[in-house]
Amino acid sequence: MKEFAYARAGDAAEAAALMAERPDATYLGGGTNLVDLMKLGVAGPGLLVDVSRLPYDRIEHRDDGSVLIGATVRNGDLAGDPGVRERFPLLAQALLAGASGQLRTVATVGGNLLQRTRCVYFQDVSKPCNKREPGSGCPAIGGAHRDLAVLGTSDHCVASHPSDMAVALVALDAVAHLRSVDGTTRTVPVAELYRLPGDTPHRETVLGHGDLVTAVELPPPPGGAAMRYRKVRDRWSYAFALVSVAASVAVADDGTLADVRIALGGVAPRPWRARIAEERMRGGRPDEETLREAARAELEQARPLPDNAFKVDLATDLIVAVIRDLVARKDRA
Amino acid sequence: MTTATTTRQTVGTPMTRVDGLDKVTGAATYAYEFPTPDVGYVWPVQATIARGRVTEVDGAPALARPGVLAVLDSGNAPRLNTEAQAGPDLFVLQSPEVAYHGQIVAAVVATSLEAAREGAAAVRVSYEQEPHDVVLRFDDERAQVAETVTDGSPGFVEHGDAEGALAAAPVRTEAMYTTPVEHTSPMEPHATIAAWDEDRLTLYNADQGPFMSSQLLAAVFGLDQGAVEVVAEYIGGGFGSKGIPRSPAVLAALAAKHLGRPVKIALTRQQMFQLIPYRAPTIQRIRLGAERDGRLTAIDHEVVQQRSAMAEFADQTGSSTRVMYAAPNIRTTVKTAPLDVLTPAWFRAPGHTPGMFALESAMDELATELEIDPVELRIRNDTGVDPDSGKPFSSRGLVACLREGAARFDWALRDPKPGIRREGRWLVGTGVASAHHPDYVFPSSATARAEADGTFTVRVGAVDIGTGGRTALTQLAADALGIPVERLRLEIGRASLGPAPFAGGSLGTASWGWAVDKACRALLAELDTYGGAVPDGGLEVRADTTEDVELRASFSRHSFGAHFAQVRVDTDTGEIRVDRMLGVFAAGRIVNPKTARSQFVGAMTMGLSMALLEIGEVDPVFGDFANHDFAGYHVAANADVPKLEALWLDEQDDNPNPVRGKGIGELGIVGAAAAVTNAFHHATGQRVRDLPIRVERSREALRAARAEAQKRGPGAAEQGKPVG
Repeated sequence: MKEFAYARAGDAAEAAALMAERPDATYLGGGTNLVDLMKLGVAGPGLLVDVSRLPYDRIEHRDDGSVLIGATVRNGDLAGDPGVRERFPLLAQALLAGASGQLRTVATVGGNLLQRTRCVYFQDVSKPCNKREPGSGCPAIGGAHRDLAVLGTSDHCVASHPSDMAVALVALDAVAHLRSVDGTTRTVPVAELYRLPGDTPHRETVLGHGDLVTAVELPPPPGGAAMRYRKVRDRWSYAFALVSVAASVAVADDGTLADVRIALGGVAPRPWRARIAEERMRGGRPDEETLREAARAELEQARPLPDNAFKVDLATDLIVAVIRDLVARKDRA
Repeated sequence: MTTATTTRQTVGTPMTRVDGLDKVTGAATYAYEFPTPDVGYVWPVQATIARGRVTEVDGAPALARPGVLAVLDSGNAPRLNTEAQAGPDLFVLQSPEVAYHGQIVAAVVATSLEAAREGAAAVRVSYEQEPHDVVLRFDDERAQVAETVTDGSPGFVEHGDAEGALAAAPVRTEAMYTTPVEHTSPMEPHATIAAWDEDRLTLYNADQGPFMSSQLLAAVFGLDQGAVEVVAEYIGGGFGSKGIPRSPAVLAALAAKHLGRPVKIALTRQQMFQLIPYRAPTIQRIRLGAERDGRLTAIDHEVVQQRSAMAEFADQTGSSTRVMYAAPNIRTTVKTAPLDVLTPAWFRAPGHTPGMFALESAMDELATELEIDPVELRIRNDTGVDPDSGKPFSSRGLVACLREGAARFDWALRDPKPGIRREGRWLVGTGVASAHHPDYVFPSSATARAEADGTFTVRVGAVDIGTGGRTALTQLAADALGIPVERLRLEIGRASLGPAPFAGGSLGTASWGWAVDKACRALLAELDTYGGAVPDGGLEVRADTTEDVELRASFSRHSFGAHFAQVRVDTDTGEIRVDRMLGVFAAGRIVNPKTARSQFVGAMTMGLSMALLEIGEVDPVFGDFANHDFAGYHVAANADVPKLEALWLDEQDDNPNPVRGKGIGELGIVGAAAAVTNAFHHATGQRVRDLPIRVERSREALRAARAEAQKRGPGAAEQGKPVG
């Protein structure tokens, strides 16, 4: 049997000390992805430091309108939080669009952010994978890549990030609170938590060994915004996104787009903030032509492969549809 | 126990599953769960090449690990009788040759599951690799007409002159259709416990046919018939994949023999995709010739599907086409192309399911071409005699099902024009397709016994794979004996209960039920000679239906049905939603409406899943399936399944079988996919002929529809606009 040690940390300091001792240690949250990867032989930590019971299980709605979400809050609890449902509906929608009820009950916010790609080659240790074994090659580029990324990829890796929640967080300008093994804390925007693969696809985030996500902070929602998370997938529940769009739109009195935020899921190695599209839309009239031109400009950077080229047009159409519907307030929560 | 003196007939009533409580409380014992002292665990080592040979198996690193008992490979595994009449896939570890990716090339037995798994990961296997080919092509020059397909008929059958009739036909359609690899995906993965007692083998096996499996295994292990007991008390779904023992079951028996102790195996879900057969992908060309009034003059159905390089296996993909419609000229050709793959095998309604996707799509295309209602087109081509055998049908309810379904689906209100119904961002359409499955009955034996305490015991080598067979047989036996079910004990799920067919081909209840009925009635007659009193020690009667089945009148025996579906397609994204499905079936007498409904609704769901979701993604580079878990291989989830209705017509069938029912398990999937894809065509105006219709194909269709609308000019831009 492949042995590993398990320790449940009582507080962050204890967790950090455990991590500092062992370079082969890994934090364990809900385990809904890590345990699968251990079974598959993809992950083989020598020590699991269980942080799922650290005291980061609260959702704090602050007076200024911001929200501090503890990293051990379960995905299901976050989706059901009345304040989140009312003021950040796209986050609740994204959470409910992910996984299954059973998984959401177990999965934590911190773990959701740090889940790994579902690329079939990454998950199959009998195959090469640059992310799993640097330098071994990327069979996905010439093989099964229908579900993989078209934006932000490299010649070394085309893996896509699977999270729905993270896409909503990126659209909402959420910030991750981190604690290092030496006890220092810092914040990083969720959008900047992830690295693009380049020639080091095995380095996925900016976290150092032992860095612990303790919370995610949502700034106050933009005033008068309508929000929506829309996910296109192969079946109507329990499937990863082919393409998803998280968007928030505020329309000025004159009918122009005062505030627009868009993030894409299923198309990139990280939740993809569509800043080019936002830039082109902001201040303009939300007519079909403007929206489409803006969405196209975002997707111009895409590097599609034969079997995922459909995602480029699909993402374009989905951006247009979501913004159009939000402007019409059809989807206002 | 009830003391009721009057016993009401239970057949035809919706009796709740007799084993439902045992299943939901965990009391039902599945193959892997039989307590087995001193059991070893075996874990396969699987080939990482698709073709070549093993040059070395280094088991030393595994043997050095704690708990590892043995490493098996083709050098030390016990010998099998490779002359036996069995698929070569079963001759596990008998040679170093590798015929497919994932093939068992070694195995580790250990004292725990974990140790076996870790041991297997430590075994080092060296290969001499050869180039492989795993991609099915219509023009594969190695493709040969199958000598026989799985229903025993020839791969090539022609009546009349299809080519000549097509040339002369006033109206012709021609199209290619493809269906992908589909995986059976039962809830219970394959599992086996194997235990030897000298030259006797007992297998607790996830198995659809314990008696037939015992015969097969006896042959493979070179044992006397009767030397193998197969126990299959509860099965968590099979869909054909457990129709015979597969290679992991043979591996367990080999390992148990090698070690001299019982050994068990349970596959992971990933291994299910690698070691358990799948539905062969098909490429089909259908050409139809018709008069302008819609009467078919010719059908030419040509199929190319894959077999393995090791063994022929040819689904009966042309067989529905031979009996469906009254065309004077019908030609069906089933070819197989040998590829470096695991041999495909049965999957729910083998052959009929992909074949009828193609035929029923083609019928829809012809209806569109002729501007004839697709229900009416099928009715016009109904036939009183089987066009293949020339025999009359024992009963044929196709037209009645189409009419009943059309009435219930408000088909008369349907605007036949495709691509014009818009609801918000959705295009909406409806579709129809016929269903068909042969009505098989195989000989079976059964035993009925009157006990001294006034109860009865009925034994039959049947198996309930989750369909409700145990409940149906309980009803049939209790009614035949004229007793309440509480006074009956039914024993099934063991080879030693006597010759009986498997739960496959939708023939279980009709075949076993006939023997059960016969045994029960014979027992009552025998009891009469004792004046109705049970003699000391009880009274037992055995019955066998071999002669009864042979003496049946010469009819063409089939069941039929009709599927209706409504789908909507999102014009922004191409997403498809099935709003509702209706299936109407004529399958003789329905023994249990509750379990029958589950069967039909389940099969229709699988048809929906086939239409929109399921595809085993062949990886040409590695030679395996890229997606091999349920995150990557999508079957319908609850959210995909809409309002789904199944109903059946009363049907009197000319049949001496007292069960008076035809098989229903597979009928519900045949044609279901075509109803969905025909509805997609009606919604969008575009035909997708390659399954499944996932979002990229749907979007291609929408793009083509927009392009056509533009070509027709601004006046035609009404396409896709709201109506009414």
